[in-house]
Amino acid sequence: MIKIHNLHATVDGKAILNGLDLEVADGEVHAIMGPNGSGKSTLAQVLAGRETFEVTEGSVDWDGTDLLALPAEERARAGLFLAFQYPVEIPGVSNAYFLKAAVNAIRRHRGLPEYDAMDFLARVKTEMKAVDMKEEFLYRSVNEGFSGGEKKRNEVLQMALLEPKLAVLDETDSGLDIDALKVVAEGVNRLRSPERSMIVITHYQRLLDYIVPDKVHVLSQGRIVRSGGRELALELEEHGYGWIETQPAAPAAQGGRP
Amino acid sequence: MSALDLWRERHRALAPQLPGAGLPWLARLRARALERFADEGWPTSRQEDWRHTSLAFLEQSELVAANAGDAAAAVERLRAASPDGHWLVFVGDRFAPALSAIGALPAGVTLMPLADALATEADTVEAAFGRAEDGDSPQALNAAFFTDGALLRLTRGVALEAPVHLVFLPGGEAHGRHLRNLIVADAGAAATVVEHYLPGADGSTLTTAITRIEAGPDARIDHLKLQEEAEGAIHLAGIEARQARGARFASHSLSFGAKLARNDIRTRFDGEGCEALLNGLYHVDGRRHVDHHTLIEHASPRGTSHEFYRGLLDGAGRGVFRGRIIVAQDAQRSDAMQRCDNLLLSRQAEADARPELEIYADDVKCAHGATVGQLDEDSLFYLRARGLDEPHARQLLTYAFAAEALARIGLEPLRARARSALLARLPGGELLEALA
Repeated sequence: MIKIHNLHATVDGKAILNGLDLEVADGEVHAIMGPNGSGKSTLAQVLAGRETFEVTEGSVDWDGTDLLALPAEERARAGLFLAFQYPVEIPGVSNAYFLKAAVNAIRRHRGLPEYDAMDFLARVKTEMKAVDMKEEFLYRSVNEGFSGGEKKRNEVLQMALLEPKLAVLDETDSGLDIDALKVVAEGVNRLRSPERSMIVITHYQRLLDYIVPDKVHVLSQGRIVRSGGRELALELEEHGYGWIETQPAAPAAQGGRP
Repeated sequence: MSALDLWRERHRALAPQLPGAGLPWLARLRARALERFADEGWPTSRQEDWRHTSLAFLEQSELVAANAGDAAAAVERLRAASPDGHWLVFVGDRFAPALSAIGALPAGVTLMPLADALATEADTVEAAFGRAEDGDSPQALNAAFFTDGALLRLTRGVALEAPVHLVFLPGGEAHGRHLRNLIVADAGAAATVVEHYLPGADGSTLTTAITRIEAGPDARIDHLKLQEEAEGAIHLAGIEARQARGARFASHSLSFGAKLARNDIRTRFDGEGCEALLNGLYHVDGRRHVDHHTLIEHASPRGTSHEFYRGLLDGAGRGVFRGRIIVAQDAQRSDAMQRCDNLLLSRQAEADARPELEIYADDVKCAHGATVGQLDEDSLFYLRARGLDEPHARQLLTYAFAAEALARIGLEPLRARARSALLARLPGGELLEALA
């Protein structure tokens, strides 16, 4: 269970999150929608531990742990996963090395034996099949020269390998054609489980045709202004984000609470 | 008595014993070179080409002879990693036959220590040797005092499959070691030559090393230099190539050792359609200093040169790069690309990168760029967000930055050798071994 309370964050002195409240129970999938500049990606980055953003107020309680007190790598090892909107290219580091280093960092933390090369290869090949990635991507540099869809598949592959407790997907659908979107959505759906929560950030309703959320929240000017079931996404699709501005915001302040 | 007088004195004493002492052309050349060195002295920062790398301190320095340590074991390790090849090992200023294994050579290939070649191949040596006037004063010092090195001569159309490995270990030489290598490839010939400069057990030796390369029409020479000298060493080197029509030359200069290392690397396109790759990677830490000066002369049309230098600068280390490209007026359709990228790993480290393009032709494609920066924050965060701790993430990205230079080395055993030399320098290198 993750409880975000009154979260305020700034970047270069500019306020981006302005008192955000959200609770996601174990096993639930919540979608966060919102127009550009509403703070969606900032929320993802703050949860993952990016120091560029300064948290000025509020708290994030994650199963009794003060999430904001942990550096990024410790959050990852404790089971938080961010699927990046713009996965970084790292020329010179093979995807295989990167994936193995990441998996073993997390296995060490969990007190599991580290994978040797053989075990790792067997495991990763199985997961790659599931997201329809060719084996050659193991031996290429991390994300280098990958198409948009290939980068996002690589993110979902990492999510599958790292078996997070909480996954935050930051616009994983952006720039994908419909086939790639389906593959990515299937990868995500396969990972849904009662122990795993997901926060799916998206600009478009389209992704939610394939990843059906338990709840939908609308983010505007750094706050959740409206929450509801998946029909809220359809309403947004129909009326556009402008419609939110005209709605009374008062009931939405509690929107994230079950 | 000044240091320059000392060198004069040494030369008087040594001259009769220097290799080729009986060859009048060489005796004259050595004498002229010595006078030139005595006249010019060590380069100082007053000279434009030595602005960042003054050698004035050598005027005062006492050289301490190095001890080779276990030379046999060092050579054994190298050979185990690259089993193929023709091996010439030099300890101090002399060829060490017992440690060498030249192996079988195809017809048309001459490969031998230069001191021997002065007796049996004097004409070839004379034609390829260069002049007392070449280069700056350290090169003149080298001409006056050189004792050994290698001669590789390939006749028309001969391709030497396995690399030639020249291994230089310091040891016992009192006045520094002065080495000269000559590579002459006739039309269509091909070879790969690797120069390894290994650290001795101790000492602060002076090395001057000049390699001259003549690539005939359509010849191909791949040259790799791996400088891993000991912390106190002074390493002054020049690589000078001349390329005839259609010749291809690749230079990989990896500079990881020495207190001060200077490499002057130049090539000149004397015929149409030449290709050159100048690839470089350097790493300094502590108070170490490395300087590469390169010059590519597009003297003929339709030549292509690609130049990539990368520097890793840690501690209070300093890296200097000056890359000149001259495209002559009638060198139309030239294609010249140059990049120098530096990674600063500490606040005290310093990089100077200066590209210089002089273009006198009008139909050319030329591009250059130089950067000095730090590790990319987005990449660091990406790795940390996957559970890698920050030091490991930094090491990985530092290695990755350098790996782009390694990737340009064509032969896998040489690339692997360069990689392990680099990893030995980087913190966390053993952690990164699995990158291979």
